[in-house]
Amino acid sequence: MAAPEGTTIVLKGGRVVDADGERTADVVIADGLVVGVGPDLSGERTLDAAGCIVAPGLVDLHSHLRQPGQEEAETIETGARAAALGGYTCILAMPNTIPAVDHAGIVREVLELGRAAPCDVLTAGAITVGRAGEQLAPLGEMAALGVRFFTDDGAGVADARLMRRAMEYAGGLHHAGRGVVLAQHCEDPVLASGGHMHEGEWSSKLGIPGQPAEAEELMVMRDLALARLTGTRVHFQHLSTAGSVAMVAAAKDAGLPVTCEVTTHHFTLTHASCTGYDPVFKVNPPLRTDADVVAVRQALANGSIDCIATDHAPHTQEAKEAAFDAAPPGMLGLETALALTLTELDLPVAEALALLSWRPAEVLGVEASHGGPIVPGRAANLTVVDLEERWIVDPSALASRSRNTPYAGRELAGRVRHTVLHGEPVVIDREAQR
Amino acid sequence: MAHQHLLSVSDLAVEDLEQLLRLTDAFAEVSRRQIPKVPALRGKNVVWLFYEDSTRTRLSFEQAAKRLSADTMTFSVSSSSVKKGESLRDTVLTIEAMGVDGIVVRHGSAGVPWQVARWLGDRVSVVNAGDGWHEHPTQALLDCYTIRDRCGTVAGLRIGIVGDVKHSRVARSDVLAFTALGAEVTLIAPPTLLPSNIEGWPVRVSHDLDAVLPDLDVVYLLRMQRERMTEHLIPSLREYTARYGLTERRVDAMRDDAIVMHPGPMNRGVEISAEVADLPRSVIIDQVRNGVAVRMAVLYLLLGSGVDRVLGTAPLDADALLTAPEPVVEGAVG
Repeated sequence: MAAPEGTTIVLKGGRVVDADGERTADVVIADGLVVGVGPDLSGERTLDAAGCIVAPGLVDLHSHLRQPGQEEAETIETGARAAALGGYTCILAMPNTIPAVDHAGIVREVLELGRAAPCDVLTAGAITVGRAGEQLAPLGEMAALGVRFFTDDGAGVADARLMRRAMEYAGGLHHAGRGVVLAQHCEDPVLASGGHMHEGEWSSKLGIPGQPAEAEELMVMRDLALARLTGTRVHFQHLSTAGSVAMVAAAKDAGLPVTCEVTTHHFTLTHASCTGYDPVFKVNPPLRTDADVVAVRQALANGSIDCIATDHAPHTQEAKEAAFDAAPPGMLGLETALALTLTELDLPVAEALALLSWRPAEVLGVEASHGGPIVPGRAANLTVVDLEERWIVDPSALASRSRNTPYAGRELAGRVRHTVLHGEPVVIDREAQR
Repeated sequence: MAHQHLLSVSDLAVEDLEQLLRLTDAFAEVSRRQIPKVPALRGKNVVWLFYEDSTRTRLSFEQAAKRLSADTMTFSVSSSSVKKGESLRDTVLTIEAMGVDGIVVRHGSAGVPWQVARWLGDRVSVVNAGDGWHEHPTQALLDCYTIRDRCGTVAGLRIGIVGDVKHSRVARSDVLAFTALGAEVTLIAPPTLLPSNIEGWPVRVSHDLDAVLPDLDVVYLLRMQRERMTEHLIPSLREYTARYGLTERRVDAMRDDAIVMHPGPMNRGVEISAEVADLPRSVIIDQVRNGVAVRMAVLYLLLGSGVDRVLGTAPLDADALLTAPEPVVEGAVG
C-alpha cells in the first residue's frame, strides 16, 4: 500500500552505496523523497536493512514486456513486478510489441498501462514503421510524449541510407531540453539469415544452422561509421562478441558519441549450453564462445561497457516447447540480473551497481529521478540488497508470467530484500506489495 | 549395452557398435528365410513420428518392425493436429498416452529426438530416424554393416565422404561411426559445403576429389540438392558434377576393390553418373537391404524382452536367441 502522505519510512541499519561512495547510514523517506541520511535516524515505519546495502534503484535499458499483443507471455504489470523484485525502479520497454510502438497512440497506451505498475515503465519507440526497416517512424510525435530512445530491437535497421537519415533526423529532436538516442540491435539480416545459434564448433557439431559473429560486427562497424558521419548519439544494444566490444571501446577512445550495453547471459553462458537442444538457451544475439565471454567480462571490468541490461524476453512454455530452430529467441532476466552480476563478476559492489543503476540512468536520461546519489531531496527510488543471501533460481517462483530462465537450479548470491518506488515500498522482505 | 534410446552414434561405445553389427548378422539371416518373421517384439507397439517426408527410411523401419512382429502406427503430420497448432510436446504426450513402447522420430529440425526423449523420460524408447542436419544413426549403422560385409572390416579403411557434408545428417553420423570403428575418414567438398568449424573432428579434409580418389577404399557420395545453388554455395550443379561427381572417368582412377556408397535417393547424373550407380562396385542396393536388418537389431535391442540375453561380454549366440520361438505367420497367433 502507498504510504499515506506525510508518513516517514526509515531504512534502518544498512550500508548506503551510490555514485558518491559508501557509508553506514539510515535513510529516511517521506512524500516520495529521501529526507534524511545519517546515523540513528527514525521514522514512523521501519524497514530493516541490517546487513544489507541500500542503493539507488536499478535501471534496465532493455525489457520486453510483450504488451500489447502477447499478454500470455508477459504484461506490463507482471514484467514490472518482476523488475521490482529484481531491484529495478525504472525499465525501458522495447517497442517490438504487436503492433509495434511506432506512433503516438501506442506510446500513450504503454505509458498509461505502466502508470499503475510497481516500477517506472518508459517505452522505446521504433525507428521505422512497423519495425519493417522501410520507412522512418514518426520519431518527433513520439519524442513529444517523452520517448527518448528509439530502436527496431529484435532486428537492426538494415538499410544504411535509412539508418543514416534516422540519425540525422534524430539529431534535431529534443524533449525537455535533451536530445534523443538511437539504439541498435546489430545484426546483418542477410549474413545472419537462418541462423539459430552462434556459428562455431557447436553449431557445426549439433547441426543447428549458425550465424557468425561477423553478422553482429558488420552492423556495429557500419553504425560507428554513421555516428562519425552524422554526429548523432548511438547506443549499441546487447553486444555479444569480442570484436564488437573492442570496436565500440576504440570508438569511444576516439571521441565518438556512443554508448553500449551487454546482457547478463552474454557474460555467464556460452554456445555450449545449446548441446541439449533446449530452446531456453536460444537467444538473439546468440550465446557465443568462451573467448567472447572473457572479452565481455574484461570490458566490463575496464570500464568500456556503459551498462548491463537484461534483454528480459518472456516466452510462454508452449512457445519454447518447439524444436530449437522453430522456438522464438529470448530469455528472462529481470529477476536474476543483479544476483548474476554480483555472483559472476569480480567487481566491487559500487562498480556492479554503476553498471546496473546510475550509468544506464544517465544513458536513458532519467538520472534526475533514478540512479542518483542517496541524499536529501532526491526521489526515493531505492533498492535494499542482502549481498550474503544465497538462493537457487526456481522458474516456478518467478513473478514473470513466463518461465524461460536459463538459470534454473543455479545458486546465486545476493538478493533484493526491499524496493522503494517514489517513496513507496513496493517490495518488502522479498514480497511484492502490488 | 543398456540403452533406453538411440539418439546419436556418439552414445554408442565401440563394443555397442560391434554388438549391433553382430546382431544384425542374425537378423540378416532371418530376412533370408522363407518366412522372414520372428515373434521377438510381439505385443510391442512402435509409432512412426515422421515430421518430414521420408519414404525409404520409414518403409525400412516398417519392414523391420513387421519382421519382428511388432505392431506399428503412423503419425502423419500432414493430416494431424500439428496443422491445427498443437505443440510438439503435446503431440508426443498424446501419442504416449495411447500406449506405445517405442517412438521413431524423423524431424527437419536438429535435436527434436533429444527433446522427445526428455519429455518421455524412461517410459518410451526413442529412435532418431534423422534430425535436421544433425544425425541419422541407423543410416551410419547400416553403412558400417555394408562396409564390413563387403570389405571384411571397417578398421583401417580409407573412406572418403564426398559432397554436401554441411547439411548432411548422414555425414555427421558416419564420421562418428566410421572413425569409432577405426577407419580413416576424409571429407571431400568445396569449402562452402563443409560445416563452418570442424577443427577437432577426427577427419582429414580435401577440396580435390581427383587427388584423393586413388587412395580410397570407400567412396561415399552424398546427395546434392538443387537448392544449394540459390544459397550461393555452388555456382551450378554442372560445375559441382565436373569437380565432385563420380563419373565413369573418375571410377577408372579408383582402386580395383574400392566400393561406391550412397544413402539415397540418388541424383543420377549429378553426384553419381547413371553408369557408375549400376556398377558391381556400387553397393547402394545392399545398403537398402541391410537397412532392414540393422533396424531390426536396433528395435530388438531397445524394445526386446530378451535384451538381457545379449547384455554383457559373453559371445553372442544370436541364432539361438532368435530361433528359440518358432517363426509365426502373421495372424496365426490367437
